[in-house]
Amino acid sequence: MIKKYFFQVIFFNLFFLKEVFAAESGGMPQLNPEFWVSQIFWLILTFGILYIILSKFILPKISGNLELRKSQIQENIEAAEKQREDSESKLKEYDEIILKSKIEAKNLFKDTRDKAIKDINSKREILEKQIDEEIKKAEKEISELKKTGPEKINKIAIETSSEILKSLIGTDVNNSSISAIVHDLSKKNGDKYYGD
Amino acid sequence: MAANPMTQFEVYRIGPEIKIGTFDISFTNASLFMIISSIAILLIFNLGSKKNSILPNKLQLLAELSYSFVSKMISDTAGSKAKPYFSFIFSLFMFVLFCNMFGMIPYTFTVTSHIIVTFVLAAFIFIGVTIIGFIKHGFGYLKLFVPSGVPVVLLPLIVIIEIISYLSRPISLSVRLFANMMAGHTMMKVFGGFVISLGIVGGWLPLSFSVALTGLEILVAFLQAYVFAILTCIYLNDALNLHH
Repeated sequence: MIKKYFFQVIFFNLFFLKEVFAAESGGMPQLNPEFWVSQIFWLILTFGILYIILSKFILPKISGNLELRKSQIQENIEAAEKQREDSESKLKEYDEIILKSKIEAKNLFKDTRDKAIKDINSKREILEKQIDEEIKKAEKEISELKKTGPEKINKIAIETSSEILKSLIGTDVNNSSISAIVHDLSKKNGDKYYGD
Repeated sequence: MAANPMTQFEVYRIGPEIKIGTFDISFTNASLFMIISSIAILLIFNLGSKKNSILPNKLQLLAELSYSFVSKMISDTAGSKAKPYFSFIFSLFMFVLFCNMFGMIPYTFTVTSHIIVTFVLAAFIFIGVTIIGFIKHGFGYLKLFVPSGVPVVLLPLIVIIEIISYLSRPISLSVRLFANMMAGHTMMKVFGGFVISLGIVGGWLPLSFSVALTGLEILVAFLQAYVFAILTCIYLNDALNLHH
């Protein structure tokens, strides 16, 4: 019901509006030439002034500003590029220095190690020589001792046995017979006499 | 009658009647809005170009964006040869845009809704472009009317059509802008009248239409200024780079 009323009102209004249009004489004010000359005059005047001021004063300034900003940005970019290159070369230099010092350190280490090894070797050689000498000496002594050892023991054995016999019997026993026995014993490991 | 949607386009005298000879050049509401638009343009772009900082403020950004927008539009459509005409096209675009936009404010007058204004602009462009074409190419400019690759039999017809289309350029250019502005403003007035006559009960529907139309009209105001400028660029391109 309300809807119907609503549309009726709209329709009526449209109808009414058409009536108004029809009643108005003259139609479009745009086609009324009364102020055409005035409009043309003022349009040329204002647009001309606008064009002159814009083209002579304002637009060059804006384009100058834009150019300036562009060049400034370009400069900044170039400066940044340069700095980046600088830092890259510095980094390369630094790397080179590090590499050099590493090699140097390696060489130094090698040198000192070689030196130390040489030192140790020479010292060891001397020591070995000394040891060899000592060993030779000791071997000589041992061999000497080995040579003289049995005779000394035999002598001692002869002397002691003659002493013992003297105190037991009371008379001197022939030394040569005792020494013969001792020699015999020392040669045959005494199996013959100490069997029991 | 306030209900008549055409009364908003009426021109009336402000102040005394000024006459030069038989011509009436009185200051009218149309003149007033031309001056207001021009002053607004000059004010904005003057303030926007006064201080040059690397990080632009809002007004400077606006000025520079408009500058590069128009600059790009010209170089895209007419090439680098159109550089000397940049100031003119920029002024033209801004003038039409500001006149259209000022017309969107209630109780203002839309300068560009008058056929005589748009026609003078379009005729000036047409004559200017034709003169440029003849200066650049001499009588070779007439080759514009003879498209290449057309059969000889069809040539007379095509040439006639080309000439008619060339001569109708100022009319189409001016009528496009004028008709768009007039139709939009008339429609808004009609819907505004509906709001009043339907009252509190049924007035909401045309009111919402009116709101939507306002948005649409702002878009049209920008679009028509853009179309006006870009068509100027295209005509200029025809005159500068003859390749038909």
